[in-house]
Amino acid sequence: MSENSTSNITPHPLVEMRDICKRFLDVKAEDHVDLSVYPREIVGLLGENGAGKTTLMKILFGLYQPDSGAILVNGEEVTFHSPLDTIQHGIGMVHQHFNLVDHHSVIENIIIGDKKSSPRGIVDYRGARKRIRELSERYGLEVDPDSEVWQLSVGEKQRVEILKALYRDVKLLILDEPTAVLTPQEVVNLFITLKQLVKHGLSIVFISHKLNEVMEVTDRSVILRRGRRIGEQKTSETTKEKLAAMMVGTDESFVVPKKAVSFQGELLKIDSLTVKNDMGLVAVNNISLTLNKGSTLGIAGVSGNGQRELAEALGGVRRAESGRIIMEGKDITNLPPARLVEAKMARIPEDRFRLGLVMDFNIAENLVMEKHRQPPFSRGIFLSWPKIMESARGLIEKFDIRTPGARTTTHSLSGGNIQKVLLARELSMDPTVVLAAQPTRGLDIGAVSFVHRLMEDERSNGKGILFISEDLDELLAVSDIIAVMYEGEIMGIIPAAEATKEKLGRLMMGIKDSSPAEKTREVSAYAD
Amino acid sequence: MRIKLVKRPPLPLWKRALLPVWAILLAFLISGIFIALTGTNVLEAFWLIITGSLGSRFAFLETLIKMTPMCLTGLAVTIAFRAKFWNIGAEGQLYMGAMAAAWIGIIPLSSSPFIQIPVIIMAGFVAGGLLAIFPAWLKVKFKVDDVVTTLMLNYVVIFLMRALLDTVWRDPISGWPHSPSILPAAIFPRLLPPGRLHIGFLIALGAAVLCFILLKYTGLGYRLRAVGYNPQASRYGGINVKRTLLATAFISGGLAGLAGVGEVCGMQFYLIDGISSGYGYYGVAIAMLANLQPLGVILASFFFAVIFTGSQTMSRYTVVPVYISDIMQGLTLITMLMVLLLNRYKIKISRK
Ligand SMILES: Nc1ncnc2c1ncn2[C@@H]1O[C@H](COP(=O)(O)OP(=O)(O)OP(=O)(O)O)[C@@H](O)[C@H]1O
Ligand SMILES: [Mg+2]
Repeated sequence: MSENSTSNITPHPLVEMRDICKRFLDVKAEDHVDLSVYPREIVGLLGENGAGKTTLMKILFGLYQPDSGAILVNGEEVTFHSPLDTIQHGIGMVHQHFNLVDHHSVIENIIIGDKKSSPRGIVDYRGARKRIRELSERYGLEVDPDSEVWQLSVGEKQRVEILKALYRDVKLLILDEPTAVLTPQEVVNLFITLKQLVKHGLSIVFISHKLNEVMEVTDRSVILRRGRRIGEQKTSETTKEKLAAMMVGTDESFVVPKKAVSFQGELLKIDSLTVKNDMGLVAVNNISLTLNKGSTLGIAGVSGNGQRELAEALGGVRRAESGRIIMEGKDITNLPPARLVEAKMARIPEDRFRLGLVMDFNIAENLVMEKHRQPPFSRGIFLSWPKIMESARGLIEKFDIRTPGARTTTHSLSGGNIQKVLLARELSMDPTVVLAAQPTRGLDIGAVSFVHRLMEDERSNGKGILFISEDLDELLAVSDIIAVMYEGEIMGIIPAAEATKEKLGRLMMGIKDSSPAEKTREVSAYAD
Repeated sequence: MRIKLVKRPPLPLWKRALLPVWAILLAFLISGIFIALTGTNVLEAFWLIITGSLGSRFAFLETLIKMTPMCLTGLAVTIAFRAKFWNIGAEGQLYMGAMAAAWIGIIPLSSSPFIQIPVIIMAGFVAGGLLAIFPAWLKVKFKVDDVVTTLMLNYVVIFLMRALLDTVWRDPISGWPHSPSILPAAIFPRLLPPGRLHIGFLIALGAAVLCFILLKYTGLGYRLRAVGYNPQASRYGGINVKRTLLATAFISGGLAGLAGVGEVCGMQFYLIDGISSGYGYYGVAIAMLANLQPLGVILASFFFAVIFTGSQTMSRYTVVPVYISDIMQGLTLITMLMVLLLNRYKIKISRK
């Protein structure tokens, strides 16, 4: 088998996937897909939600067996039974949802399952620490090897995952939507790291829905659509628009125009709200905000500055220590979620797996959760399944959830389609106020503009939207007013028309340039 | 050589239906070794188990009698476990039901069983249910571990019952520690006389169907499953998690209480220590064997009852101790759990 691999003219691919097919019951996730990765290149893997990107990479990583097709590493055909085999062949993967053990240290998480770090069954912590330090320094992956995982930020956790792969001397690193959970600054750092890795001889497969990033970091992109390989583009010879058109199959515009509206009155008033985080420290410090009818209030900020706690307090799952939340004149402070649903507040939580959905439920069961007590879905103590299924099928159609049916278990959907289930549930309740935390994270460009259009419809109908996002481009596009959070406080509130990325960026770093009088004390404390 | 479990898509339905058969065969095979150790002819021993539980009208009815409380406690555990309320306390809840039955059973409410019996059934359900609510309340209020509290309450209840039997309920005539006999109107009518099978059996079957409907077709069943899978997302989605858990506990304990009612009103006609042969604990095994499916509980409890009655017969005719029934039931549970794993995984043996 290894004889005929010498006949190539171009350099050998490091890894080659040939004619891969994979079916899940009624879904053809991969339909005769080819993919090769050459040494020292970054390959982008693009496609709509459910196109088969994650599945293809899980096959390469040995988590799934392909139904047919071959995988070649350095020209030799291999079969992977599990990720352990794969890592021995030099392939590592960082999943979108990390697999770290919370109450173990970074070192322990990195060396877990690695036989070389425990010669004769005894763990060599000294050697491991030294190697991890070296790797961190060489590739700019800053993290303290002795801290415990639960203390780390999402970005740091991701670095641990990358280190875990590098520690095992991988030649190919697969990154599944690595930037979806990162702050803009962390994305910049990640890209520096990736370029370092390539310089040192590694290859990278990079999955992302953000075409800016793809244009910036990849050498070449492979595009999938509904399990098929549609084509390939050299980054230097293509444009964002061309890639988008290949992914979606049309070249419609993705920009949602904002209508001019004139409504009067307040919908939501947050008055001196203080909220604590899980560790009992003040995370939201005496915040006041107002959301008006027919407007979108964007909340910007580097993640970890209290946005999550603010959203959870507004969403009824975190106690407000002091202050009040008033919706349409009614005090809704510390009301349980059930009451907020009645008050018609749609709440899209950031953590869709923990708070948003019951992953073991099927799509229909998840979609009906907030209205399962109301007619026509419930009659007396009984549920009406025909009605529930009918409504679910409608929402699947409307939100373009790619699934074989309404009875499919939610966890078998692709990442983006899981988010669409949550969005469908919340936006179908005819809300008065929409509280959306990172609602478009993980969605493909078509789905993002669909969600923006829905929110715009609500807005132009006089509803209010509180839109929390780390993506400044997105915030600038959807908001009327942008408030910037920093260390639990509002650093500034700017009309979107006057805001620029630079202005917002400075506020996000805690630097307040315009009003010298009132907050000089804080500014001098934060600006080094 | 390495042995590994590799994930695979679910098997086709007909193969899945055969899985329990394989599990039972495997369990019998292994228990055969233990029977052989006593020097008994294994085939003969198995034959005695089958005939002793299914071989005659009498034996068959005896099996159904044993199955009745097991089915109810199996359902109790099934409902609780679906919501991840770890109710190991079906034994105590059964005794609560039995005490309620012994108490209401001696109060002349009416000469008609059509009034007396429903009242007793309701009382037994409520008694078992209230006992289960207490640990559930401790769980939702103070995060007290439910495995420990439900288990410990079993002993509390059993000692409470012994105290009652030694004092107020002691039979005034014989002086034996059992409660006075219940009134004729409180006695469960027989099914298929002359056997001892009573309407408790129909209650158990009906309860299984009702549990199936509860889980699948009611709002409470939906909430209960949601809470079991992900309490945080359930709360976020507007479900009152605490209330759901309390309701689940009440129903679960109530079902176990019914098992106690059946034993008092259908079998003993008075309350006595040891009225349950550990049915509450069998309930856990039965629920697991049934994969937490209410209708599966009917089959699982029938199977447990077959082995239970069959091995009693066998031990009468051979030197094999009656404890073989525990071994067989335990083995079946283990093989069944293994086989259920094989539904999702396949074993891969590779040389390395
Ligand atoms: N374990 C599974 N069981 C059943 N179907 C699955 C499973 N994993 C993936 N699928 C299906 O395969 C298809 C491809 O999914 P995949 O996760 O590869 O998409 P993706 O391209 O990564 O999408 P996204 O951008 O949303 O993450 C989807 O239709 C999905 O529903
Ligand atoms: Mg994916």
